[in-house]
Amino acid sequence: MDDMFKPSRRAFLRGGAAIAAGSVAGSVAAQEADPLITELQDWASYTGAGVDETPYGLPIRFESDVVRRNVEWLTASPISSINFTPIHALDGTITPQGCAFERHHSGAIELSKQDYRLMINGLVDRPLVFTYDDLERFPRENHVYFCECAANTGMEWAGAQLNGVQFTHGMIHNMEYAGVPLRVLLQEAGLDAAGDLSDKWVYVEGADASSNGRSIPMEKALDDVLVAFKANGEALRMEHGYPVRLVVPGWEGNMWVKWLRRIEVTDAAVESREETSKYTDLYADGTARKWTWVMDAKSVITSPSPQMPIKHGTGPLVISGLAWSGHGRITRVDVSKDGGITWETARLGKQLDTKALTRFYLDTEWDGSPMLLQSRAIDETGYVQPTKDQLREKRGENSVYHNNCIQTWYVNAEGIAENVEVS
Amino acid sequence: MSKSLSGIYLPVFGGIALVCGVAIAVANRGYGNSQIETLQTRLAQVEAQKASALTEAEESAARLAELETRLSELESKAANAVVGGEPVAAHEGSFGLGRPALPEEIAAWNVDVLPDGRGLPEGSGDVFTGEEVFAEKCAACHGDFAEGVDNWPVLAGGFGTLANEDPVKTVGSYWPYLTTVWDYVHRSMPFGEAGTLSADETYAIVAYILYSNDLVDDEFELNQDNLATFEMPNRDGFVIDDRPQREYAEWRTEPCMENCKDSVEITRRATFLDVTPDDGEDSAMAAGDDAETPTFTAASAATEAPSDQVAAEPAAAEVDPDLVAAGKNVFKKCSACHQVGDGAKNRTGPHLNGLFGRTFGSVEGFGYSSVFKAANDEGRVWDEAELDAFLAKPKAYMKGTKMSFAGLKKEEDRAALNAYLATFGE
Repeated sequence: MDDMFKPSRRAFLRGGAAIAAGSVAGSVAAQEADPLITELQDWASYTGAGVDETPYGLPIRFESDVVRRNVEWLTASPISSINFTPIHALDGTITPQGCAFERHHSGAIELSKQDYRLMINGLVDRPLVFTYDDLERFPRENHVYFCECAANTGMEWAGAQLNGVQFTHGMIHNMEYAGVPLRVLLQEAGLDAAGDLSDKWVYVEGADASSNGRSIPMEKALDDVLVAFKANGEALRMEHGYPVRLVVPGWEGNMWVKWLRRIEVTDAAVESREETSKYTDLYADGTARKWTWVMDAKSVITSPSPQMPIKHGTGPLVISGLAWSGHGRITRVDVSKDGGITWETARLGKQLDTKALTRFYLDTEWDGSPMLLQSRAIDETGYVQPTKDQLREKRGENSVYHNNCIQTWYVNAEGIAENVEVS
Repeated sequence: MSKSLSGIYLPVFGGIALVCGVAIAVANRGYGNSQIETLQTRLAQVEAQKASALTEAEESAARLAELETRLSELESKAANAVVGGEPVAAHEGSFGLGRPALPEEIAAWNVDVLPDGRGLPEGSGDVFTGEEVFAEKCAACHGDFAEGVDNWPVLAGGFGTLANEDPVKTVGSYWPYLTTVWDYVHRSMPFGEAGTLSADETYAIVAYILYSNDLVDDEFELNQDNLATFEMPNRDGFVIDDRPQREYAEWRTEPCMENCKDSVEITRRATFLDVTPDDGEDSAMAAGDDAETPTFTAASAATEAPSDQVAAEPAAAEVDPDLVAAGKNVFKKCSACHQVGDGAKNRTGPHLNGLFGRTFGSVEGFGYSSVFKAANDEGRVWDEAELDAFLAKPKAYMKGTKMSFAGLKKEEDRAALNAYLATFGE
């Protein structure tokens, strides 16, 4: 039993020595009794809030900085814009709805369940209209999936630009959905009229003014797409498509149509604005890729990062981050502290689902030397997250979308982290 | 899974060993002979049992191996189902939920237009009408000539720029199908008044967008018959996702773990740009500084020696390349209306070449507001202080300016822009 405690005792002694060496005041302070312990505190004496005070709770005021933020100069108007999940301050994998990023093309709308209608038309046997209540009578499933905007990290193509993981990687969230498989609804409308399904599509559109529409190949529609109405146990938030949104696992967020109002079976892609002028990826030679739906494997260290400097000095350090892949599960994440010269394999957290965020940790010791922190995800197909230079070599710098490069944080001797690029 | 199965089988072996041990211990404690004989008989029985138990155990082990093989098969098969929960079972026939969609309901919502023109309603509109409708309903954001105001999309021009450092993706230079333009304008525009344009108005607006791209002449009329066959310049500019061929094959390999590079230097730093929004007063984010950064080498993880290759130190009183680079980025906010560099022309705003030293309101051919005309009469001259003050609060500093830009709140942004604009001579 004694042996088990030795490492931690050693670490404790080392920590104490560091404080003593650090400053005289520090060592004196450490010897004085902590008034938070020796003196009676208000909260230990007076009573707290009653159960009738907060029918629906929000985070305590000390966490008021853990909020979505936007980058004003990115877009012409906040109504057609995006904000970012504070992933630097979260742990585990589930994103609380209240701080999960938003992307609207004509603003978030208020649409009640009573006013909600979903139409299925086109090449179906029976064009149908469903109410919200109808949807809740179909068999449903629960799945955890990540939703990543295709433009996540898109501002970093030409160089390290935004100094915070919230801004470089925060166009992502991860929720547990309850919803009806799209194939169940398509079968309800009947697909005999569509004939051979291998070259058919579904066109999905929302009820908001942008009527964001995307074409999805039938194979995907019949596979794992969900018509979802609950997230993380409660109703979807307005900004995420209340009362009903589409969930398209592993594929770019733009296809996850919010306020879903219509599903049309077609014999061709509609080539809507969102799949031609936007969400197509321009190559260096001036040609562009279209139908780039899958989000390739990607990871990022969320702490330490520019918004999460090392404040505790040398000694035990938890390096933590997120990894995900639109192709399935994350099987391994490697971490480098020297900009990619040497790699160590990190410990993976709980695997919740395929195409969901995976948390990784590297439990390590920091000796106070500067670090160039990187993480590298590997998914079940064996795909290894590429460096930014590898991506640029293939695509140039103007693709905007699908930047899944390895991210580098420079951590200096003070523990301050900065977004950098390395050779 | 194999661990838990072994856990189930192991106590069988443990149990036998324990029985044997107890029997031998008891035998050695000097009980009566008969008792010893009885015990020896029992011992023999136990040993026989042990032998048969071992045989059984071997059989069990074989069964175990077989089971584990089957389990791993099942496991990989059911991985999705187990982790994600059991899928909804296939259902024979209809649930009978929902109601038939009525023809007039389908007509109201089913308005998307396919590239071959299916979905286009009857109607027409010409360039002349389009110009009027565009000026009234679109120009506030997209500009009178579809050139885009502020950060709003530019709809015209940009031809031949797609392979440039700064490509301009417009309807003319980028959009592959005209049906997409019609469909989008009809359903989603104007911003804040979507769905209010008639079919004829939409045809007219799209005709005008073509005209502003020099793709048709001013006599042109667009209608349901000539729209889908109109060939857009970038129609063949797209390839279907070829990541599997061009990238996956190469990047699905076992990665390097040690000595993957000889050395690593920092080549770019985000803090020099300072375009990140403030994180509140207690921001932990690093401020831009020119502190030296180390080179990392394969021999020792981090050496303290600063690198010469790392982000060049700004030379005193000379052009600071990082500041200029930052200014170039800030200028993106201005570039919708102002041009700089070779061949810069007046757009929504005057060109900004040779700005410093030039008299206010003096660019030829640009229609200035009266406040700039007055400043011109006074002989006021642009310098860094004037520009800084103007950009801090444009509308307050030059009351009556046509420039709709709200200004640059951050002093660093204004300093960067100053440095950037100073690089453009006459």
